[in-house]
Amino acid sequence: MPTKIEKDDVTGQQTTGHEWDGVKELNTPMPTWWIYTFYATIVWAIGYAVVYPSVPWFTGHTKGTSGYVAREDVTRQIAEARGAQAQWRDQIAKASLEDIAKNPDLMAFAVAGGKAAFADNCAPCHGSGGAGAKGYPNLNDDDWIWGGKLADIMTTLRHGIRDQDTKTRVSEMPRFGADGMLPRAQIDDVAEYVLSLGNRSTNAAAAERGKPLYTDNCVACHGDKGQGNAELGAPKLNDQIWLYGGDKTSIVHSIYFARAGVMPAWTGRLDEVTLKQLTLYVHSLGGGK
Amino acid sequence: MAAPASASAGTSTPDYDFDVVKLFTIAATFWGVAAFLVGVVIAFQLAFPVLNLDLEWTSFGRLRPLHTSAAVFAFGGNALFATSLYVVQRTSRASLFGGRDLALFLFWGYQAFIVMAGVGYLFGITQSKEYAEPEWFVDLWLTIVWVVYLIVFAGTLLKREEPHIYVANWFYLAFIITVAMLHIGNNLSVPVSFLGAKSYPLFPGVQGALVQWWYGHNAVGFFLTAGFLGIMYYFVPKQAGRPVYSYRLSIVHFWSLIFLYIWAGPHHLHYTALPDWAQTLGMVFSIMLWMPSWGGMINGLMTLSGAWDKLRTDPVLRFLVTSVAFYGMSTFEGPVMSIKAVNGLSHYTDWTIGHVHSGALGWVAFVSFGAIYFLVPALWRRERLYSSLLVEVHFWIATIGIVLYITAMWISGIMQGLMWRAYDSLGFLQYSFVETVQAMFPFYVIRALGGVCFLIGALVMVYNLWRTVRGEVRKGEMPVAAVIPAAAE
Repeated sequence: MPTKIEKDDVTGQQTTGHEWDGVKELNTPMPTWWIYTFYATIVWAIGYAVVYPSVPWFTGHTKGTSGYVAREDVTRQIAEARGAQAQWRDQIAKASLEDIAKNPDLMAFAVAGGKAAFADNCAPCHGSGGAGAKGYPNLNDDDWIWGGKLADIMTTLRHGIRDQDTKTRVSEMPRFGADGMLPRAQIDDVAEYVLSLGNRSTNAAAAERGKPLYTDNCVACHGDKGQGNAELGAPKLNDQIWLYGGDKTSIVHSIYFARAGVMPAWTGRLDEVTLKQLTLYVHSLGGGK
Repeated sequence: MAAPASASAGTSTPDYDFDVVKLFTIAATFWGVAAFLVGVVIAFQLAFPVLNLDLEWTSFGRLRPLHTSAAVFAFGGNALFATSLYVVQRTSRASLFGGRDLALFLFWGYQAFIVMAGVGYLFGITQSKEYAEPEWFVDLWLTIVWVVYLIVFAGTLLKREEPHIYVANWFYLAFIITVAMLHIGNNLSVPVSFLGAKSYPLFPGVQGALVQWWYGHNAVGFFLTAGFLGIMYYFVPKQAGRPVYSYRLSIVHFWSLIFLYIWAGPHHLHYTALPDWAQTLGMVFSIMLWMPSWGGMINGLMTLSGAWDKLRTDPVLRFLVTSVAFYGMSTFEGPVMSIKAVNGLSHYTDWTIGHVHSGALGWVAFVSFGAIYFLVPALWRRERLYSSLLVEVHFWIATIGIVLYITAMWISGIMQGLMWRAYDSLGFLQYSFVETVQAMFPFYVIRALGGVCFLIGALVMVYNLWRTVRGEVRKGEMPVAAVIPAAAE
């Protein structure tokens, strides 16, 4: 289309004189507030670039009048936070677990720190309140596979269970069924006897048949009354707390294939003070001995 | 195959190729529904993880790139192809360069890219770069298709019958050229073998991260902003029946936008291993980008001077104008979020997701809906849409969906950011990560419901378009309305 400048009646502005598929353009000046705001952002950008590191150079970059370095800033913030907690952390480092537990202020700090560390490191398996899940022990009850005293908990935390750590806690229940040590029918009988230890058996004859088998194969670790043995990591069998399920099918499964849950060793991942705080926190959850 | 444009036609109407525009319009509509559907699925997966179905192919990690690529490249991409090829022909008074066969190659080549990319994601074939997930062989194919796109588009401009290039075409051309540069730059990688899908990127570590976000941010800047501003510059004045507000503003905001956008990417890497100076530049360029972005909004909105009353009667225009308003909002929110102190709170939270969706749903999808509602009657030579009322229904249900979506994500994102940085009086973190996830649950549900609204709206559109193509007009509506200006002659 040839150039043909027109006046727009609505706005009073002139067109540029061009037309594309019926679309014209007005020659309205740019809004002044728009231009000046644009200028203001440019001025601000230049100012910010003067104050902060900005322009790269062959051997580095401008440092800015503030001398700001993000890494130094975060290091300082972490040091400040550490500093604010230093007096408590120093006391925890020096004191024994028992002494910390006797000092209400120190204990309050330890439990608060243990709670935070627990949420970040332990909750994925043990649940945010330590309630556990199938295969992951509940930490609120008084049933402790490897012992519920402060020192026991600390050892478990430090070295883990069936971990690579050289001092890790290890126990290995035989795979009675999978390795052909007991036929399936006898495993059912043992399971029935195990149920009877908690007065839950529904088949007295089967439980009776299972008793000598239990004596021959299980007593050494789990005890004659199924009371368990924390020294060996053998769970108690005469209560209602079951890590892998307490119904007969689950118990048969446990005897047939055995179970071997793993907990990582936390030495090296968490510092000593944090491990102490975690120990005191877990112990304080309700079931500590 | 149709005969090529006659050179001796003189001033008569060129042999416009609208068949390929039709195909791209259908594809945009189809992929749009697919993208919204997958989005709804993954939104519910976040609220109810059981919906991952415990299958690798349907897990969130595989479906999320399917959603983003379907939305950006399949829906947005086809909308850009459809509108750009329509606009460049009409505003240049020239048929497509290269003829109908090349245009068909463009269409099927691009759909093949989409399918190869999407199927790959489901089977876990990805180079794990956000918005650039397709592996090397898919990237190579897209490069070929894209070069053809540039040839067709630029060739059409070169043979134009108009003395000047219309502003919409500046934006389309900037989009096509820059996306080519970004695509190649960010996808430089070395395949492990010629017969295997796996490759390793050329740039390691933080350099790779910078290249990725140079790409990622400009995918937003040039694909989702410049390209869609091209749509805005044609369809808003067309639908409003008014001249563009300011030619001068369009020049200044075009060049300032193009120049500034390309440097803003580092704001995605605040407080990371990226050197401080690069973070500073990413931030200040983002701030300076505010007004250039708003130049497009001003030109879009002010074009309605003298036609504001049409918003009452024309729901298609309402889609277009609302999209410009959302564009203005998200291009203000963006610079704010690029400020390091704000970013320290917003980064890695749902706030970012909300921000992206106010742009993607409010701007990109709405302006595309407006353009599609304009194009379908024009392309199929119908006097009007089947139903204006259904456009209105679509508009309101989709707007409610967006509002639910972005407000839920604002609240959830800011809450999440505040919970992450909350300390108790003794200096320990107040909340565990899982507690923040738990707190977000209600907002995840609200967001998913917002997505459902948006999806329903799109289905209403599909029904309306289908009836329009069949040449029907809904009972009780005017057989010929002024809402659709004569577009195709």
